Amino acid sequence: MIWEWLPHDYLMAAVLAGLLTGVICGIAGAFIVTMHLAFLSVCIAHAAFAGALCAVWLGFPPLALALAFSLGAAAIVGPLAEQGDLSPDASIGIIFTLMIGLAFLFFGLAPEARATSLTLFWGSILTAGGTDITVLGVTAAMCLLLVGGFFKEIQAVVCHRETAMAAGVPAAVVTYGILFGTGAVIASSLPVIGGLLVYSLLINPAAAALQLTYSLRRMIVLSASFGVASCWVGLAASYFWDLPAGASIVIVSALIFAAAAGLSPKRRRWPSWKMRATKPA
Amino acid sequence: MSAALELRDVTVVRQNQLGLDGVSVHINAGEFVGVIGPNGAGKTTLLTAINGMCPLTRGSVRVGGRDPHGWGGHRVRAGIGYVPQLRRPDPRLPITVRESVMTGRLGQLGWLKRPGREDWRKVDEALNRVGVGELAARPLGQLSGGEYQRAAIARVLVQEPGVYLFDEPASSIDPQAQHDVIGLVQSLHRDTGATILYVTHDLPALPMAARRLLLLKDGRLWRDGPREALLEPREIRALYGFEAGVYPFDEGGGEGVVLRSRAAR
Repeated sequence: MIWEWLPHDYLMAAVLAGLLTGVICGIAGAFIVTMHLAFLSVCIAHAAFAGALCAVWLGFPPLALALAFSLGAAAIVGPLAEQGDLSPDASIGIIFTLMIGLAFLFFGLAPEARATSLTLFWGSILTAGGTDITVLGVTAAMCLLLVGGFFKEIQAVVCHRETAMAAGVPAAVVTYGILFGTGAVIASSLPVIGGLLVYSLLINPAAAALQLTYSLRRMIVLSASFGVASCWVGLAASYFWDLPAGASIVIVSALIFAAAAGLSPKRRRWPSWKMRATKPA
Repeated sequence: MSAALELRDVTVVRQNQLGLDGVSVHINAGEFVGVIGPNGAGKTTLLTAINGMCPLTRGSVRVGGRDPHGWGGHRVRAGIGYVPQLRRPDPRLPITVRESVMTGRLGQLGWLKRPGREDWRKVDEALNRVGVGELAARPLGQLSGGEYQRAAIARVLVQEPGVYLFDEPASSIDPQAQHDVIGLVQSLHRDTGATILYVTHDLPALPMAARRLLLLKDGRLWRDGPREALLEPREIRALYGFEAGVYPFDEGGGEGVVLRSRAAR
């Protein structure tokens, strides 16, 4: 077992946190990337970050307000982007800048808690505790349960929302489910990966997976695997070369994307549809 | 006759633009109705108002007596087959043609039910019927325009709705594919007796089976009547601003009209 040759207990906790974070960010990222909502996930990540800093200022547990802020951002940005009075880019951009402003406001209001606040910037996978892992575990279980139960609706909406809506799929419920789910994933990953880095773990592994398959099922599995690989390789690099863990994880995830883009059969000259695609039973 | 579709004083204003202006129309079950008019006349808005995807500013819509705009409108939409205008999807989309066509069954299946063997059989049958059975495992984004429209028709076939809405299904595709798509729509009406609304701005692409026409202009229902009365030079000129000769032909079960036009002076 991997645990047996891990020299310290804290590393075992970090490995477990990396596994769970990689899985949940990989799953949520697969939907976000396919729906072209990468910027929206950046916005929700900053909202979670602002919420966590607000909690530090008020003396609450960061997770509660991180979750509230990220869900609130998803609830505001979704309709703004949908109603079309503003372009989605503009409406998400406005909320994004507001969240950055709030984050720095709360950061400035709590000078005595600067160390805790900085941890929320970069994350601290090496200090992941029982609460962090429990929260990540519950989030992972819910993600797997929901994706398993509603895969056909999710696939229809993620790949062609208007078509799904026209066929009678409650597309708005599925879309908001994905947005709120992403908010929960980001909030629960925040203490481990940090507010400034969490969206790279959402986007890079999923974007890498999209380079390699035309099957959403396979894309989810690949994306989660790349997420876990990013966390574990980044963690190992951090341990052996004394590098910042969060930064190492992000850089590894970017390297995985570069490798996937280089090897992508979608960029080759022969008909790309000949790649293996899922044929449902 | 029973009304398949009933629109009363339907007005749609979106982003300060008038899409539809007080449109009232009653369409009986089993009718094949052509909707024509120039670009911007409100044809697409009419279809999306009917299937509940475009919010109404005023008025009401009933499809089989049910409101597609009310709470649970998605259940009404499950009984309306909508083929939108051709919009090419992202070529990297992670979904195959077969999986995409299955989307048509999902509204009827409901939450938590997985598609069964019978559902997949219907999907394969529909793909073969529209002539793209051999493309079932291909990624959706890798289809040509004509293939994509056939897949869209297969998707509404498996939905087995009582009402079909076609929005320019034969535009932006080559003449052979256009002929095939129009033939498919007409055979669908012949075989199932379903109610069909068929939108086009391209008169030669108007199926012969459309015996009743709605002429839209500036968001208003400008004329509503039989094809013979409305598809004639004076009406076409008033609608499009063109002098036009209309030459129906019926060659080999052919569909459409031929326009010879010169700009109105």
